[in-house]
Amino acid sequence: MSETIKRPKRKNPILKTRAPTLPPDRRSRIALGLVRGAAMGKLELQCCAACGAVQYPPREACVRCLSAELEWTVMSGRGELVSETTLHHSQELFFRERMPWRLGLVRLAEGVSLVVHLDARCGPAPSPVIVEAVLDRAGQAALVAKPDDGNTALADEPKLRNFTSDPRFRKVLVTDAKSPVGQAVVKAVLEAGADLVWAGHCEPWKNPPGWPAIAQLPKVTLVPLDVTDTKSVNELAAELGFKVDIVINTSEHHRTFGIFGRAGVETARAEMETNCFGLLRLAQAFGPVMQSRGADGETSAVAWVNLLSIYALSNFPQHATYSASMAAALSVAQALRAEMRVAGIRVVNIFPGPIDDEWNQLLLPPKLAPSAVARAIVGALEGSVEDVYPGDIAQDWLARFRDNPKALERELGR
Amino acid sequence: MANRIANYDGVAVAVPVTVPYERFSIRGAHWFIARALKALVDGAGISKDEIDGLCVGSFTLAPDSAVGLTQHLGLSPRWLDHVPMGGASGIVSLRRAARAVQAGDAEIVACIAGDTNHVDSFRLSTATFSMFAQDAVYPYGAGGPNTSFAFLTAYYMRTYGAKPEDFGKLCVAQRSNALQFPHALFKKPLTLDEYLNARPVADPLRLFDCVMPCAGAEAFLVMSEDRARRLGLPHARLRGAIERHNAFPDDPVQHRGGWAMDRDRLYESAGIGPEDIDLLEAYDDYPVICVLQIEDLGFCGKGEGPDFIRRNTFEANGSFPFNTSGGQLSVGQAGAAGGTLGIVEALRQVTGQPLGARVENARHALVSGFGMINFDRGLCTGAAILAAT
Amino acid sequence: MKPNDPAPGPEILAGFTAALATGAIRIIDLTQTLGPDFPSIVMPPEIGQSRAFRMEEISRYDERGGAWYWNNLSFGEHTGTHFDAPIHWVSGRDLPNSSTDTIPVADFIAPAVVIDCSKESAADADFLLTPDFIKAWEAVHGKIPPRCWVLMRTDWSKKTDPAAYQNFDEVGQHTPGPDPDAVRFLLNERDVLGFGTETIGTDAGQAAHFLPPYPCHYYMHGAGRYGLQCLTNLDLLPPTGSSLIAPPLKIQQGSGSPLRVLALVPSSQAGASRP
Repeated sequence: MSETIKRPKRKNPILKTRAPTLPPDRRSRIALGLVRGAAMGKLELQCCAACGAVQYPPREACVRCLSAELEWTVMSGRGELVSETTLHHSQELFFRERMPWRLGLVRLAEGVSLVVHLDARCGPAPSPVIVEAVLDRAGQAALVAKPDDGNTALADEPKLRNFTSDPRFRKVLVTDAKSPVGQAVVKAVLEAGADLVWAGHCEPWKNPPGWPAIAQLPKVTLVPLDVTDTKSVNELAAELGFKVDIVINTSEHHRTFGIFGRAGVETARAEMETNCFGLLRLAQAFGPVMQSRGADGETSAVAWVNLLSIYALSNFPQHATYSASMAAALSVAQALRAEMRVAGIRVVNIFPGPIDDEWNQLLLPPKLAPSAVARAIVGALEGSVEDVYPGDIAQDWLARFRDNPKALERELGR
Repeated sequence: MANRIANYDGVAVAVPVTVPYERFSIRGAHWFIARALKALVDGAGISKDEIDGLCVGSFTLAPDSAVGLTQHLGLSPRWLDHVPMGGASGIVSLRRAARAVQAGDAEIVACIAGDTNHVDSFRLSTATFSMFAQDAVYPYGAGGPNTSFAFLTAYYMRTYGAKPEDFGKLCVAQRSNALQFPHALFKKPLTLDEYLNARPVADPLRLFDCVMPCAGAEAFLVMSEDRARRLGLPHARLRGAIERHNAFPDDPVQHRGGWAMDRDRLYESAGIGPEDIDLLEAYDDYPVICVLQIEDLGFCGKGEGPDFIRRNTFEANGSFPFNTSGGQLSVGQAGAAGGTLGIVEALRQVTGQPLGARVENARHALVSGFGMINFDRGLCTGAAILAAT
Repeated sequence: MKPNDPAPGPEILAGFTAALATGAIRIIDLTQTLGPDFPSIVMPPEIGQSRAFRMEEISRYDERGGAWYWNNLSFGEHTGTHFDAPIHWVSGRDLPNSSTDTIPVADFIAPAVVIDCSKESAADADFLLTPDFIKAWEAVHGKIPPRCWVLMRTDWSKKTDPAAYQNFDEVGQHTPGPDPDAVRFLLNERDVLGFGTETIGTDAGQAAHFLPPYPCHYYMHGAGRYGLQCLTNLDLLPPTGSSLIAPPLKIQQGSGSPLRVLALVPSSQAGASRP
């Protein structure tokens, strides 16, 4: 059924590298409601709070009762493919470069019709399908229909792989491979089929547990990288930035002080240096050359992952300055997302709850194992999301944040 | 059925005008509309000051609308309308103009549909054709309405057993009609083999299933029969007209249009039935929609379209004269003018002044419009019966 | 100089500068290049940290500043080749004139002796300088004069691999330094001006476990004396006869400062161990 993705040939250096093109990204504001769920991999459509009608495309009023009380609600995704076509022609460069392109018309169980990108593994209409919301390379929400027969990875379908940041055959830079999360990420991306990993490390006199084994892994190359040092970042980018397909920024400086717990700003500044300015340095050094490779074949530059924290959403006063630095980092990441979008490069933000590491020693469980964070990162790359909240704590805090940010502020301040 | 509606007694349609089509033009839509207006006043033998009603259909007039055109063209109409309904704009314009004339709001209404076509016009207009198209179709790579019609066509074929050859028969017949029509952009005959072997565009649609965008204009005048007679103009009577928008919204895939809701009223108003129709000018941006019109306007039952096609011939001298100028598929689609092409051709046929193939003894022409692929289907339908005097 | 001697004339410096000009006095740079790659002091991560040297470009003949190149720097006071002032340590906190801005400037130019521990340090990274070792050195080179820098040569500065230079294992750092008795001896018996090393810290890598912890810092600064760290080129100095020019930046209430350390060496004695 599914075509396996084969290792692409090496690039022909005689040919011009294609410039990135994007699917059309213009949307009405109301239609941008779809991206709220899609950013996290959820299919949410408008549902009328008054009469329960589900509708699509997004509207400003309920199509049945004209109520304005429309709630974005998670859908089953189950539906029937009622018609389909294969495009051999498009006016848009992005699709012209990827012809032929299969589209379907799906009747969702909730009773609405959807135009969808259609998985090649779907049978001819009529046939049952599962509809998912994904992010296209313009970063906009798009609907995809897959066969209704269990797990069918997007990245295994050659066309739908365009919506993913599949690490297979790609070259990955892990900015801090020494930390527990960094080590787990190196292993996870290699297991996911990465071509090689550049394992960033600084302070070479520090040799934490597990690190020698990482350094010995095949396909791992240690590279000096200190994100607090502009020179270090620039030198590494100059050396290999033009080969990096995926940046996974695991660099993190975490201290556990409130505002009164640590006099002065030096600790906060160190957190900002790594968490915020480190990201900024990396972005300035690696971003432009990655942008130029946004369409560089099957293994183009494709994604940039930031390990942030759920504390970026709302300050956790016990870790006040760390939270502040992560909020700043989130803000930088949003700007980076906007700038990288022109090249179709996805910026993925990971918002874990407390990770089970030395700095969260005093927090009660549940805590996220570094390997779980790594799995979340790889899952985001293999799928099509840009915001990931791994673990129960992150999910809980996100729900509280969305429900009432002021309430969460009070709750975290206790 | 709703209250009986007033018929269109006393309304005349006259002066069929076509501004010759061009594949691409560097001119603006205003140029084509101006040429059409000039041809109308020249053809009617009136001064443009006597045009006191104006109704316009155009996609490429922006940032102007019909309002801007009044100053642009030096008109001071007392009745003005802009009908942004694409393939239905001709029928809707005709209905509104007829009522304006009946009510005395205007004496002579110029109905003009025209568009230019720059090299990039089609892409720009399809990208932002509607909110739903912009939000939910165009981002999927769809080149204009191709995708929606591919869905309709595939569904219709699967459900009712239509074959590519059925659609091809219509296209080939229309091309045959077009070869006699001087304004048709397609000048070469089309064989069924050529149709079937043309490059695929959006399965199951092939190249000759799709209209070719171009620049041009179509126009006619609406006035009282009295006025037409005094001006000595050959004219047709408007015997009935319908319009409907967003019909059957719950159909998962569009396989019928608003004509099916309103055709009884149309024929009742005209006092005739489908069997009395001498020619059908259907909206034909894709052949599947022709089949829907044939069915929904009562020439055969739902799903009997393929059989109807196999039993009939569609040349001007055939058993079912159809799109006798060649239709948009062989003349070209000059934007909104595509919705007026059929009216102008029907007017020529029932007034005995065809530019190309002639339908003998054409007394009653049925003209049908279909417009505005908003998301997964066309929303606007309309139809009108023009009768010889 | 005795009170009744006539004030010295201009010739006193003329001789000095002439000697510099002729090369009779050579100048040797004892300073490591200050850059982000040079190892910085490592502290337990939960306590306060000294910032490593960082340099951010302000402009480089570009849109940020058309015709000029310059940088903003940030670093801890105790970064690179640096000077420790008495106020650096708790034992020296109440002394007068103990910060970089108040230390008498006369102390910034002083003679130096170099005790060569390079063989011993190569053999044992935890080598400790003891009073006996000093006395044995004095038996060869003479008694250390008062108000003199004592520089401990270990050739540690030749380690260009930062990990080898830091030399950490799971129980901490292993670098040579003085033992507590040696520090007491140098202060109490020899009245030295300060102690200088090639490693990060005037104390040994394991000095946290000494009694008192960090004895060189504790005693030296408690006595109002100074430290010099991360020195290089000590192998180019003679055991005796050189003088150091080592003025720290005049930082208000500064506990130390990166600095340029220059050694003046009679040419007859310079470069003894150079190839």
